Amino acid sequence: MNATIAQSGLRSDLNTIQDWIKPQSRVLDLGCGDGTLLAQLKKNRDIHGYGLEINPDQILECVKKGVNVIGQNMDENLANFKTDSFDMVVMTQALQAVHYPDHVIDEMLRIGKECIITFPNFAHWRCRFYLLAKGRMPVSKNLPYTWYNTPNIHLCTFKDFEALCHRKSLTILHRTVVDSNAKDSFASKTLPNLFGETAIYHITRHH
Amino acid sequence: MSDVHNTPLSAPEPTVNSAKPDSVGIVTPITIHFDQPLTLQCGKTLSEYDIIYETYGTLNADKSNALLICHALSGHHHAAGYHSSTDKRPGWWDACIGPGKAIDTEIFHIISINNLGGCHGSTGPESTNPDTGKPYGPDFPIVTSKDWVESQARLADVLEIQQWAAVIGGSLGGMQALQWSIDYPERLRHCVVIAAAPILSAQNIAFNEIARKAILSDPGFHNGHYYDKNSFPKTGLILARMLGHITYLSDAAMREKFGRELREGKLKFDYDIEFQVESYLNYQGEVFSESFDANTYLLMTRALDYFDPAAEYDNSLTLAVERAKCRFLVISFTTDWRFSPERSVEIVDALVTADKDVTYSEIDCPQGHDSFLLDIPQYTQLFKAYMQGIAQEISL
Repeated sequence: MNATIAQSGLRSDLNTIQDWIKPQSRVLDLGCGDGTLLAQLKKNRDIHGYGLEINPDQILECVKKGVNVIGQNMDENLANFKTDSFDMVVMTQALQAVHYPDHVIDEMLRIGKECIITFPNFAHWRCRFYLLAKGRMPVSKNLPYTWYNTPNIHLCTFKDFEALCHRKSLTILHRTVVDSNAKDSFASKTLPNLFGETAIYHITRHH
Repeated sequence: MSDVHNTPLSAPEPTVNSAKPDSVGIVTPITIHFDQPLTLQCGKTLSEYDIIYETYGTLNADKSNALLICHALSGHHHAAGYHSSTDKRPGWWDACIGPGKAIDTEIFHIISINNLGGCHGSTGPESTNPDTGKPYGPDFPIVTSKDWVESQARLADVLEIQQWAAVIGGSLGGMQALQWSIDYPERLRHCVVIAAAPILSAQNIAFNEIARKAILSDPGFHNGHYYDKNSFPKTGLILARMLGHITYLSDAAMREKFGRELREGKLKFDYDIEFQVESYLNYQGEVFSESFDANTYLLMTRALDYFDPAAEYDNSLTLAVERAKCRFLVISFTTDWRFSPERSVEIVDALVTADKDVTYSEIDCPQGHDSFLLDIPQYTQLFKAYMQGIAQEISL
């Protein structure tokens, strides 16, 4: 997973995530990219974190930042991480690129007490308009790939995600959507599934 | 463990140029004598011993830039540079040690030692037993990774190095580095464990046993007392090395290098050397047998078999590494089947569970176990970036 899979809300969603993470937490970041989030959380929240990443160039960037990075594919197996061994498991802009999103969410909530997941909203008005007007799979700055070579194999909408949370009886602790400028504008607050471009969910298994 | 006497498959052609800008140049080993007895894990005591080592780069005023290099099964102190301007080959880890290289000698002061029990200058089976006036031979006590760490710590004491910036090793060397982090947590800031395992598997031990059997059953072995008999277990050593060598390479690397190429272009229908791969293995074994002591080979394979840092901690590697205070870099190679990536992951999992700082990368390359000796860009770039991070951390 790398940061170019979906570039919406590039790194300003990190401030929102930071607000939801308690100081000195133990944090696991799945698909950590170049380690920006973990480096920021270490600096501002004094967390102890690890990132999972398989792209060698991104691993190198993590090392340059002094971020703990583990070269492991989150799609294959997370069984080596102990149950309840992290305070927070984060996955930014990668849910849509894993093979079994529901399984990954289960694993995240097994390993972590809480999770933060961000993903691009496929029901954003631009996507809807693109499909409606052109009759073709949407291609945008946010989702720049054509259908046949995209790593984004499990795109979903906010409603889809919340339906999954409901089916799994998960508790949504916080939810924020941001538009293309990574702002939580009036429009995206009012009609998130239409105007929100990136979703940031804070979920837990416990009530 | 590693191919240190012979150029690995994809290493560059030998050069006589010790004056290359990225070489540490001509280096001279130093021997230091210890007369303070060392009690070993086996219960025996070495009343006195020598340690031979080399250094590269300059030690800074507060001695904070010192690194320790631990060697693998067939390694020694000569890790970088040349012993003379006519030397054809540099030290065994010259791909990674030198000005501007992963382990940058412009920044760090590197100490590379020959382990006790070795055959390149430190006290070992070939050395004279002070009690008998004869070579120790098979009476040299079996030393373990713990003993090596202890002897290395004593060298650090003499050199007045309180804390290593890092202890670094590949294969058996990586195991020593891991042992360091557990036995002397205060004395290293970083631990670099490359192509290693937390303990040998049954398969690993099985290979070692065949190597030992080859030596022990050679008529020239004379129960280890061959030094004064004008003989040595040459065939046994050759077999041991040939076997070992196969495990240092990958199937892909051997296929790429030799395929089924015939030495003389046509089948001869006999049992002489027909295929290039046979020729290569025989040559490697032959060269090795002339430069390595059989008793040391036995000892080194046993030290590998015995390596078990978790044993003292309820057989829990997590409990063992909980003691560590350093940060870790763990590296494995996709085609290494001697110590496969899964073995490195065992170390990483224990470190993560113990909440230790660790970075882990599996390098995708075809060269097998010997990869750690080579300049593979994905590997050396990562290694260098990590080492530069250490330099920044201690303001070098």
